[in-house]
Amino acid sequence: MSILIDKEKRVLIQGITGREGMTRAKLMMDYGSQVVAGCTPGKKGEVVHGVTVYDTVQEAVEATGRIDVSVIFVPAPLIKGAALEAIEAGVKLLVIVPDRVPIYDVLEIAEAAEQNGAQFVGPNTLGVISPGKAVVGMIGGRARTANEWFKPGPVGVMSRSGGITSAISYYLTQEGLGQTTAIHVGGDAVVGLPLHEVVKHFQADDETRMVVMFGEIGTAQEEKVADLIEQGKFTKPLVAFVGGKAAKSGTRFSHAGAIVEGNRGSHEGKVKRLREVGAHVVDAFGDIPKVARRVLEEAGKQSGDA
Amino acid sequence: MARLFEYQGKEILSRMKIPIPKGQVARTPEEAEEAARSIGKPVIIKAQAWVTGRASLGGIRKADSADEARKAAEAILGMEMKGFTVNEVLVEEQIDIDQEFYAGVIIDDVARRPVVIVSSMGGTGIEEIAQSHPDKVATQKVKITRGLPAHDARNLWRKVGISGKLQMKLGNALVGLYNMCRKYEARSGEINPLVVTNDGQVMAADCRLTVDDYAVFRHPDLGIEIARELDRPATPLEKIAYQVEAVDYRGTFYFIQMAQGFREGEGYIGFHGAGGGGSMMSMDALLKRGYKIANFTDTSGNPPSSKVYRAARIILSQEGLDGYFASGSGVASQEQFHSARGFVKAFREVGLSIPAVIRLGGNFEEEAIEILGKCASGLPSKLEAYGRDDSPDFCAERLQLLIEEQKKAGLRSFTPRKRNPARKPYRFETVTGSIEIDHACCVQCKDKPCVAACTREILKIEDSAPVLAQEVAVVKKGRCTECLACEIACEFEGNGGLWIDLPIPELKE
Repeated sequence: MSILIDKEKRVLIQGITGREGMTRAKLMMDYGSQVVAGCTPGKKGEVVHGVTVYDTVQEAVEATGRIDVSVIFVPAPLIKGAALEAIEAGVKLLVIVPDRVPIYDVLEIAEAAEQNGAQFVGPNTLGVISPGKAVVGMIGGRARTANEWFKPGPVGVMSRSGGITSAISYYLTQEGLGQTTAIHVGGDAVVGLPLHEVVKHFQADDETRMVVMFGEIGTAQEEKVADLIEQGKFTKPLVAFVGGKAAKSGTRFSHAGAIVEGNRGSHEGKVKRLREVGAHVVDAFGDIPKVARRVLEEAGKQSGDA
Repeated sequence: MARLFEYQGKEILSRMKIPIPKGQVARTPEEAEEAARSIGKPVIIKAQAWVTGRASLGGIRKADSADEARKAAEAILGMEMKGFTVNEVLVEEQIDIDQEFYAGVIIDDVARRPVVIVSSMGGTGIEEIAQSHPDKVATQKVKITRGLPAHDARNLWRKVGISGKLQMKLGNALVGLYNMCRKYEARSGEINPLVVTNDGQVMAADCRLTVDDYAVFRHPDLGIEIARELDRPATPLEKIAYQVEAVDYRGTFYFIQMAQGFREGEGYIGFHGAGGGGSMMSMDALLKRGYKIANFTDTSGNPPSSKVYRAARIILSQEGLDGYFASGSGVASQEQFHSARGFVKAFREVGLSIPAVIRLGGNFEEEAIEILGKCASGLPSKLEAYGRDDSPDFCAERLQLLIEEQKKAGLRSFTPRKRNPARKPYRFETVTGSIEIDHACCVQCKDKPCVAACTREILKIEDSAPVLAQEVAVVKKGRCTECLACEIACEFEGNGGLWIDLPIPELKE
């Protein structure tokens, strides 16, 4: 299995006629995603890489039947409108790719999602990939490279950095460890599916036998993951790396989420908390694949003994 | 985050009907004297700086006369406070404080809601109060579509022991603060202290407001020049860089200076990352080798080559660098040839005179490394390019070796590409620049590699010269993505008659 996205999920692309939407529509389909419709207001009737474009999401739903996922590529100031439109049309999973979405817009999207039983990944996400099945967003680039970097396997990958999501997956693949799903939760301070929500999905997925997490300074996501481990709500092995050791308090290194405010969200605090609850926190990024392999083997032995 | 000064925040509070002390901002001692005179009462002179603990740093002084106000302003203006130079002071009437409270709004990333916080103790930081006197602090998460009604605000004050008329006044102030934060899309807003004066008036004695960077475009009335998280005003170079980002929404370009006034040999590296996570690890790799970071730059989200070019030019305009290090996640989904072409154009134009290591792993990395390889041999300094199987540590080590090597061997000779005035110019505009083709050069060019290189098919051959195959307006609107492929093809395989001008306003040549 995998989480959030697979071959069966029917995908809509909002903003499919733009530079990025157009390029990514093709790449997603090349990889195997089932893109069933596009939406750009005012462009009904256009066809992008064989996908029909509709004026509204509601119209796309009526014309094509069920839509499971909407991937949104419209400019940041228009994201709120596009997201609320998809949520109200009944789409249950949104992937909001663009950067620079105003935070109060995200809060409004979050409230609408909560009320309608919908979830969203991002904003500022590279997307989600379930190797060998489907991809939503920009992750992986071309199908050829995506097939080389990501392989099906037992590891769930979640990261607050987009490039690192791919990097971890690639290095795991080199080590012979494939992935169930790799997800970039988004680089912003407020995101729809933070790390502590993603682990719940990985917990529920039978094929995910362990999780590798790339955390960062700022926000409370890593601490919340630790809470879930402590409460027994996440029981699979976790290998983690926390980036941003060298960052000064108050300075932002690109990800809006990676701001240390006072002592909250500090590198030291996160590492300490994760270790307290038994997570395998590595100090060097390059150690991730080997530690992951060892942890997975040990977990296999234990379950074999029992 | 875009921070406002105390006086700016107070102006908005006052518009939201929250009383503030009478005051004026002054930029010179004379202005401060004049302000004190017009207030006509004993005043307090407050340094305007985004730092905490201004009083203990000598940035807040009382003055009983206009003359004293001038002297106090003289002492404060120009003061260095935690790296922040004070350029403005707020001259305010002294108020007689009876009680101090705290009111604040911050966005809770876990609840995904704004949280309002009140305390019956003011003055010190809310974190300390919450630790030492948890019973004197109350909080509420606000449903964004509901907002904060007055009765919620009053109930919060009730929880910290306030009743009656005072509860009502403080409640109104809290609603005003929340509405201000919502209206101006603040990441955080604080009135600390919120005071009751001896004559029973509730007043904001201070105000700290931080506006969401991404929402600044919706609030031109705030006059925020550069929407970036900084703990000091932006440098001239940061302002130049910010303008590049402001006019081009494709991909991300982020630039901050971590140091200034350094010299060659001190170990400062121009840093150019791609993606936050990989950038942090790459900077760590430099720090581990004893280098220092001159600037932090990020170009990610599949930016066009023109943006990467401008980023590189801005980084290289810093004097005293010892090396250039570009390194991101290592396995990027963006099309890496865009970055490679941006680097090549920048390095050739300035004649790269510091060693550079470029780690461009990921999508199309083979093409990216090949493009960089083509231009490397002709530069004064050495340039090496690496891909996803080479770690940041390894690349940092390479840079160190190249820097040591250059110290001994010196620079190689370099012939800059010469631009002669075009004899038969053909020009058209792109999203952020323009392209000039000298058709006089094209006559002798057999293959016209520029046309073949243009994947967007905007060029065609007419009378044995490349011309637009698309309408001028369509090209300018973005059909030409400024991928720089035509210029690089022309330079390395053609006759060198094609130039792309990508201006960077106010950057010194």
